[in-house]
Amino acid sequence: MMLPEIPRRSWSQRWHVKGLVGTGILLVLLVASSRMTGVDVGMFFSNFGQFLNLLVRMSSPTWSYTAVIIRPLLETIQMAILGTTIGAAFAIPFAVLSASNLIHNRFLRGVTRLFLDLVRTLPDLLLAAIFVAVFGIGSTAGVVTLAIFSFGMVSKLFYEVIEAIDMGPLEALESVGASKITIIWFAVLPQILNQFVSYFLYTLEINVRASTVLGYLGAGGIGVFLQRSLNEFNYSQTAVIILATLAVVLVIDGVSNHLRRVLL
Amino acid sequence: MMTTTLIEKSHRTLWQRWNWLIWVVVIGGLYYWTVNGLKFTGLQESAGTVSRSIAAGLAHPQWSYVYDGTGEDLTSLILQTLAIAFLGTIVSAVISVPFAFWAARGTHEHFFLRSGSGKVVLTLIRTFPEIVLAIMFIKAVGPGSYAGVLAVSIHSIGMLGKLFSEAIENMDRGSEEAIVSAGGRAGQVFALATVPTIMPEFFSYTLYRFEIAVRSASILGMVGAGGIGTPMIFAIQTRNWPKVGIILLGIVLMVLLIDTLSEQLRKRLI
Repeated sequence: MMLPEIPRRSWSQRWHVKGLVGTGILLVLLVASSRMTGVDVGMFFSNFGQFLNLLVRMSSPTWSYTAVIIRPLLETIQMAILGTTIGAAFAIPFAVLSASNLIHNRFLRGVTRLFLDLVRTLPDLLLAAIFVAVFGIGSTAGVVTLAIFSFGMVSKLFYEVIEAIDMGPLEALESVGASKITIIWFAVLPQILNQFVSYFLYTLEINVRASTVLGYLGAGGIGVFLQRSLNEFNYSQTAVIILATLAVVLVIDGVSNHLRRVLL
Repeated sequence: MMTTTLIEKSHRTLWQRWNWLIWVVVIGGLYYWTVNGLKFTGLQESAGTVSRSIAAGLAHPQWSYVYDGTGEDLTSLILQTLAIAFLGTIVSAVISVPFAFWAARGTHEHFFLRSGSGKVVLTLIRTFPEIVLAIMFIKAVGPGSYAGVLAVSIHSIGMLGKLFSEAIENMDRGSEEAIVSAGGRAGQVFALATVPTIMPEFFSYTLYRFEIAVRSASILGMVGAGGIGTPMIFAIQTRNWPKVGIILLGIVLMVLLIDTLSEQLRKRLI
């Protein structure tokens, strides 16, 4: 009868080399980055009173301000809807081009994906700052920003959906000599439509959130009022704006979540 | 052919056949409202010239800005941006743990009062705009990257807390039960079963959040919270397009590099 054997551990396992090295690297990075950013825990606590004061002033919202911000809030939603729609419309051809099961040309696919990866690296506020310089202050800059931002996101979500489809119907149509367009229309589209709409709504949710701050740089919507109230140190108005934005975001999320559950 | 049409007709009521019309009207109305509500006036006539000079600037980036040894160059500010994101993410990951246990639905919880309240708090934190948070911290600790670190650490709690709490809800309870049945105390169960089971997922989510934090740290500077955003917004406002070009290039390269690295690390962890 064999005695139960204790599993043998190598030298590096016994001394936890991996864990210790990982922790060491983490600590070095932590110290380096806190020195680089000039973090001073004491200062935070000594100035905490000012921060609390801000919160106290925000905790008494001037409700009458709600009437003023309804119009820009609606504009924010309109910007998000239009921006997402334009972005998604442009994303469809790019999603098809980067789907490996439809496009067999590896070079074309690689170039398209690289382009999409590059678009996705750009943060939304950075795009907004540039487009405000191009189009001037107003909601146009916001719509264009959101269109590009959602283009990058939607195209990736879309091509992942396309790559996951059942290839049977495609092969059936291909074997009877159908053209590429016919195949996409009759075999690909019916399989992906619901998921496309679902991801479109998901992107819309994110864009509503994003569009509320775009105005901070002059790209229209509620953000313009956010910036104004912060510049005037009118924190009771800021509080109203944040609460109203929260309400809008929650409503949009709720509607979109419900629709997505129905769709899928 | 005949039979199929007959079957289809008998199965679809009038409502089922025509309810798509309601959707057409609703969606059409929505878009009518959207397009009419937005004012596309105020378009600058100079839009064409501005975009041409942007393109020219992007094509000829100001290479001298990459490194000039003053500490205000692209390389040092990109490193500072990464430092803000890194520190913010680590701090927020630590603070998120208690929030996650608060918001995770317990197995023996009846009315979900505890987890429900935790989820509401996390949603509130998530919806509070990061930019506003940064401005508030600038009032508290002055402009600079410290305010950026604080903004990232507080804002990230909203998302990390949610992801962590979902990881706790979905975790495998087997090892916990094993230790309980062997007579382990609550502290032992936590240290020997709960923590090792959820650690990989926590790590993976933290890395994912770091990717997002890098993007937000690069724009927080636009309101004065340190990092590469500050010279970026100055360069845009002064129409210094060659400088905008090199900064954009720097941000794109930084984000691509971090995304690739983090993806590799995450693949190894799980």
